Amino acid sequence: MIEILAVLGVPVAGAALLALVGGRARAAEINVGVCLITFAGAVALTVRVIGEGPLLIASKLFFVDSFNVFLIALTAFVGLTTSIFSRPYMRIEQELGHLTPGRLRLYHSMFQLFNFTMLLALSTNNMGLLWVAMEAATLTTVLLISLYRTPASLEAAWKYFILCGVGIAQALFGTILLYFAAEKLLGAGGNALLWTELNSVKGALEPTVLSLAFVFLLVGYGTKVGLVPLHNWLPDAHAEGPTPVSAVLSGLLLNVALYAVVRCKVLVEGSVQTSFARTLMMGFGLLSVVVASLLLLRQKDIKRLFAYSSIEHMGIITFAFGMGGPIASFAGLLHMTVHSLTKSAIFFAVGHATQKAGTQLMDGIRGLVTISPLIGWGLAVGALAILGMPPFGVFASEFLILTTAIHEQPWATPLLLGALGISFAAIFSRVQPMVFGETTVKRLPHRPAMIPVFVHLGIVLMLGLWIPPFLADWYRQAARLIG
Amino acid sequence: MQHIPLWAQLINLLAAVLLLLAFAMLAQRRVLTLINLFAAQGFALASSTAIVAFATHQPHLYWSVGLTLVLKVMLLPWLLHRLILKLDVRWDVEGLINIPTTMLLGIVLVVFAFNLALPISQLANTVTRATLGIAMASVMLAFLMMITRRKAIPQVIGFLAMENGLFFAATSATYGMPMVVELGIALDVLVAMLILGVFFFQIREQFDSLDLQHLEKLKE
Repeated sequence: MIEILAVLGVPVAGAALLALVGGRARAAEINVGVCLITFAGAVALTVRVIGEGPLLIASKLFFVDSFNVFLIALTAFVGLTTSIFSRPYMRIEQELGHLTPGRLRLYHSMFQLFNFTMLLALSTNNMGLLWVAMEAATLTTVLLISLYRTPASLEAAWKYFILCGVGIAQALFGTILLYFAAEKLLGAGGNALLWTELNSVKGALEPTVLSLAFVFLLVGYGTKVGLVPLHNWLPDAHAEGPTPVSAVLSGLLLNVALYAVVRCKVLVEGSVQTSFARTLMMGFGLLSVVVASLLLLRQKDIKRLFAYSSIEHMGIITFAFGMGGPIASFAGLLHMTVHSLTKSAIFFAVGHATQKAGTQLMDGIRGLVTISPLIGWGLAVGALAILGMPPFGVFASEFLILTTAIHEQPWATPLLLGALGISFAAIFSRVQPMVFGETTVKRLPHRPAMIPVFVHLGIVLMLGLWIPPFLADWYRQAARLIG
Repeated sequence: MQHIPLWAQLINLLAAVLLLLAFAMLAQRRVLTLINLFAAQGFALASSTAIVAFATHQPHLYWSVGLTLVLKVMLLPWLLHRLILKLDVRWDVEGLINIPTTMLLGIVLVVFAFNLALPISQLANTVTRATLGIAMASVMLAFLMMITRRKAIPQVIGFLAMENGLFFAATSATYGMPMVVELGIALDVLVAMLILGVFFFQIREQFDSLDLQHLEKLKE
């Protein structure tokens, strides 16, 4: 109880505090502190789940099991590292005249609120509250994306609001249908939307209603995952918002939305007893992988490049969960973890690289290693990791997904391999000249915080070589649950 | 012929009014009238929910009636009125839409929605199940309105009308969602409206208009 209170209460309190003092000189430190306490709460929660198994807290309102506990810890962790990265980054932005203290206050406060909505979405047991939290996440990010108030950022934020607003309305309709099916078995009132209750009666839920509900839920939450053809908002939002926001969007929000899809998939699978949900997820996943890899080739803006790479990886994970089975689901969960860590590390490096070069266009960024080896190597190693080079964790999960696909969905394997090949060529050929060669970049007025980058990449490297037994246990248990 | 009680007839009537208002919004070019239509739709929604609450003795529904009345009939229209006054777009007219084509498309959507709702409403055991098709239709009409509009405020009204339709769907299929969820949804809608209000000023400041055609620079 106390742990979940810390995990959810601290970001809210932090948002309120930063709404008052977020523009002051020490606000960035407060931001880091709040994230640190949240992370400590998440660690305490994790320790308790390791000791006691799944928890049902506050009259079943919150539910923490092996599937969401690592996502909660991951969200709190990446939130913390992003706040550390954003301290020098936002200071430089302010000195460059991109931000006023008022905007900085908005940024800090919304950053905490955004953390809160994601943690609420992950920890709640109520499918209705899950929806409310996802919508609230949309609203906070709209303000974060439009932070610079440039025409392009306003356009990106508007597009994001309209597309995700419509998407999330579909998800609400799906939730209503879910409630409609459940209410007959569980009775009216709050219980009928509790995931644990739904899960215990999923075999008896009306299959026609649940199939229809799943279509709406997948389209709705899938919009936030960035699945093709609902992905239009994602590259704009990543490119026009401040870089710490791109890092948490790619690293966390997409995961949370996918988490919502998978929770729904478990219920639908149990009720429908056909491969309907699987086929749908595999289709969307594969389409996202292929289309995103083709679009990667045309990118000129570095943040858009990695945004499309996020679409591709979300497609891979969705495909893995769609395939199902103990190995593919295990790999999907591992891929969620390593993608989140690697992609946020890349965005940290990209953020400072663009500040150094004064542009987000890749042609304008050259020879990062000569001026700042840390940023250059961070970007190079991050890019290699995300491209699935051994021995990084991304390689392990992609390898597992591909080998399972060869056995179970042989037709999809060439498409997946082709797409991975194309994205390798696209990203590698772009990153190489940015890191090496004649330099065009200048020095930064403040020392960048590069520790988060290497901590993330270190964990990804570790996960490629050795997965801690408790984590592997969670993955296995969650994979059994997902089916 | 089967006897239908008066209150059920009233609910059907209000559902029809709701659909009619959805069409009226689809065809309305003027921003000011659009806001009034939206408020009227909220009122029809609240009345039908109140009748359902009364007839089926579901006291918790009265809360959602109150919520709808306060939020969708009073607060949101008031905010929108203030907004268009401040932005000086009271007499704005949307010129670029082709009303007859949109209406025809709307009819197709209604037929589609009724067919989609048919299997679900057969499973429902609420007295209001016949109106589920109408609820889905009004969601789709609001969606169509969002797609066809080129100005920011009508798009947002479309978004809010979609919420109305979803709310109506929840009442007609299940007698409303659990209270905590309904409160959460209401809060989200309100916050969305407030954020957008601020947003409009920023868009206007940057582009000198609320015409979304200026917002088509980002491609691929």
